[in-house]
Amino acid sequence: MRPALLQTRGISLAFGGVVAAQAIDFTLSHGERLAVVGQNGAGKTTFINICTGHLKPSAGTVHFDGHDITGHSSRSITRRGVGRTFQLPQIFSEHTVRECLLLAASSVGRRRGFWVPMEEAVDANEVDETLELLQLSSRARDVAGSLPGGQRKLLDVAMALVLRPKLMIMDEPTSGVSSDEKHELMRVLMRALDERGVTTIFVEHDIDIVRCYATRLCAWIAGRVAADGLPEQVLSDPAVVRNVIGE
Amino acid sequence: MDGISYAALLFLVAVGLTLIFGVMRIINIAHGSLYAWGGYFAATLGLAIAKFGLSPGLALPALFVAALAVGVLLGSLLEVGLLRRILDKDPILQLLVTFAAFMVLEDLQRLIWGVQPYFVSEVVSQLGTLLVAGVTYTRYQLLVLPLCAIAVFLGLRWFLGRTPIGRQITAVTHDREVATAMGVNAARVSLLTIVIGASLGALGGALASPTTSLVPGIGAEMMVLSFAVVATAGLGQIGGAAIAALLIGISRAFAIYLMPELEVLVPYLIMVLVLLVRPQGMFSVAEARRI
Amino acid sequence: MRLRLFVGALVLLGVALPLAVPWLKTPFLLALSNGLAVLGVAVLIRAGQVSFGNAMFACLAGYGATYAARFWQLDALLLIVVGTALAALAGALVGLFMVRYRGIFFGMLNLAFSMMLFAILGKFGAYTGGTDGLRFERPAFGFVHLDRDGFESALLAVALLLALAAGWCVQRYYRSVSGQALAAIKTNETRLEYLGISAKRIFWGGYILAATLCGLGGTLFALTQGLVTPEMGYWVRSGELVFVAILGGSSHAVGAFLGAFVFEFMKLYAAALLTGMWQLVLGLILIVMVFVAPSGIYGLLSRLLGQRPRSVLKAR
Repeated sequence: MRPALLQTRGISLAFGGVVAAQAIDFTLSHGERLAVVGQNGAGKTTFINICTGHLKPSAGTVHFDGHDITGHSSRSITRRGVGRTFQLPQIFSEHTVRECLLLAASSVGRRRGFWVPMEEAVDANEVDETLELLQLSSRARDVAGSLPGGQRKLLDVAMALVLRPKLMIMDEPTSGVSSDEKHELMRVLMRALDERGVTTIFVEHDIDIVRCYATRLCAWIAGRVAADGLPEQVLSDPAVVRNVIGE
Repeated sequence: MDGISYAALLFLVAVGLTLIFGVMRIINIAHGSLYAWGGYFAATLGLAIAKFGLSPGLALPALFVAALAVGVLLGSLLEVGLLRRILDKDPILQLLVTFAAFMVLEDLQRLIWGVQPYFVSEVVSQLGTLLVAGVTYTRYQLLVLPLCAIAVFLGLRWFLGRTPIGRQITAVTHDREVATAMGVNAARVSLLTIVIGASLGALGGALASPTTSLVPGIGAEMMVLSFAVVATAGLGQIGGAAIAALLIGISRAFAIYLMPELEVLVPYLIMVLVLLVRPQGMFSVAEARRI
Repeated sequence: MRLRLFVGALVLLGVALPLAVPWLKTPFLLALSNGLAVLGVAVLIRAGQVSFGNAMFACLAGYGATYAARFWQLDALLLIVVGTALAALAGALVGLFMVRYRGIFFGMLNLAFSMMLFAILGKFGAYTGGTDGLRFERPAFGFVHLDRDGFESALLAVALLLALAAGWCVQRYYRSVSGQALAAIKTNETRLEYLGISAKRIFWGGYILAATLCGLGGTLFALTQGLVTPEMGYWVRSGELVFVAILGGSSHAVGAFLGAFVFEFMKLYAAALLTGMWQLVLGLILIVMVFVAPSGIYGLLSRLLGQRPRSVLKAR
């Protein structure tokens, strides 16, 4: 049996007097598609930030793929194989879509050349494949800033995906996207992630999306994991219905 | 003591710069020109008073008139003609536009007043001297400059804190969009603030003119000095500007006493030390963009 | 392709005109040295940062070359190396902490440092010649002692080559991974970090490049004048560098030189015909340009040259 991909033990963090996370013990296995729900301020974003190196926990440890990554920088954690996307897509708005991916791909081999043109320094096939996977090939030569919301999200994912991560953490992938586009977006995303064999964690507010695409659900309430298991099970838990869904 | 009068001057100019930054979020590089023009115009008035045989008692008030005239005219011209129109532009372009304005005003200044030094010091000699602890100071340096600075400081605090229009200025300084949404006419508020800020810069120049020789280049010199004060205090901080001005003014006085070569270095050394430790300035509440 | 022809044409003019009209040598030299320094500033602008203190590297290099000329009577070519190396070293050292700052704080800290240098050079006259500056004898050129005109011609040839080389190197840098990452600092540093790229290290590289180019320009300037003064490092001088960078257009290396030549010749023209009011004229031109053509002269020409106009400045 493969060891857990992501494992936290006793993770705690408090901001001033507010406890954002309380002694979280958590395990994620390869191949899972975990959805994380909870009200704003319940601690899910804090947990994500700790796992991606944006925040340092005041107590506890985080292990990824067998390595201790507690307190490591985002840069180092990214190199270990954790990809991240953001609620507001973090793209290079003045570069073209293809250039964004080329730049992302350049960090894989740590090629920081000063002389060789970027197109020649990275694996262009990899880039083109990823573009194809996320249905962005037609927009390759467009400036990233001109992309509409849904495609920006896809670009955000593409940039993380091109690094061949083992784990992808997505912060509200469908937020800001119109309801009719949400499912299409998630379909493309999930197919791409499956194709690459990437384990996924996604934070979501839309319960419908959670039902359709998650294999496991964690519900956060007041800095702790209140329920953890199959989506249908968790969604029928009364505490969850009261605190999370009733919003 | 000398440090205090210098600090007073620095404060007057710096507070004008910081006020303008507060409402426009633009560093007005042409501020130094306002200082210079205030000085030159004050000198012109002083010479006119002598030339037309007017009462010498007018000499001191003339300084304030000069400052106000320059502040209102140049300030409104700057705001309406330039600053208002570059609010939505890239910050680099904003800086460049005010730099270009500085260049234009420098040349205009040379065109109007030429390159020969102006030294119109009647006001100082009028007011006489004072003996304090065995050292002779001019009343002007000891009283006029610090008193003006204190008056401006208290006046601004009262104005910004207690009057309706002052509070509007404070609102726009905090958040232009929110203030506009609440019904504040940001354009009018900006214009007023810039005229005030420009007048204060010009006042610095006007008050400095009787004590120093006016030559091309004083605008540039005061620009970077007043900016050092503002940066040290934190952009937009008024009370902080007073403290920073005092700090720099007194340190400079000490430097002159201990090792005169360090005099010019001191303000920038202080600025570097503060910026390295606290880039947002000593009194700013905002977090600096530092990685 | 058209761009290469254009640059080729410019270089040709750079050689032909001073040969035909000898008094053009000095202004051409001044424009080329200025252009190199402006190119340095343009590199920083690509990262979205503006330094109001880069003249300090030009000044430092100039003074370094001067001391080397006075104490060791080095050949002009060696002086170029010495001055530039000094600026590169200074850039690396200052850059170590400077690259942690962004935006206005970056600009302010650079300004503060440059003013400190200016103050020191101006006041410690015994060592630095004070506000009058330092002179040095015309050095040998490639171990040959030349007269004034010969020296200038040789220096101009070298300057043209260096400008061409620098422009080409900078363009290659822009297209490389590091150069593209530098441009990404402007739009999204967070993303760079989450790609595993150290924005600080990339920016450090860019800062050193900028300092080196400014140093190269400063050394050539010193060699042209035979004199260095603290004014070379004054904040207004740094401002002029930024001014010319935007005037010429910072999206391509050639813009720096276009701007520098326009700047230099406007100064000459104004001195002759407008009683020296070049600041007035150029200031007004720039203000108009900011509204009408913010991508500078190169931006205006880029369409003619078949290049995709690439905005380096934010539109909010």
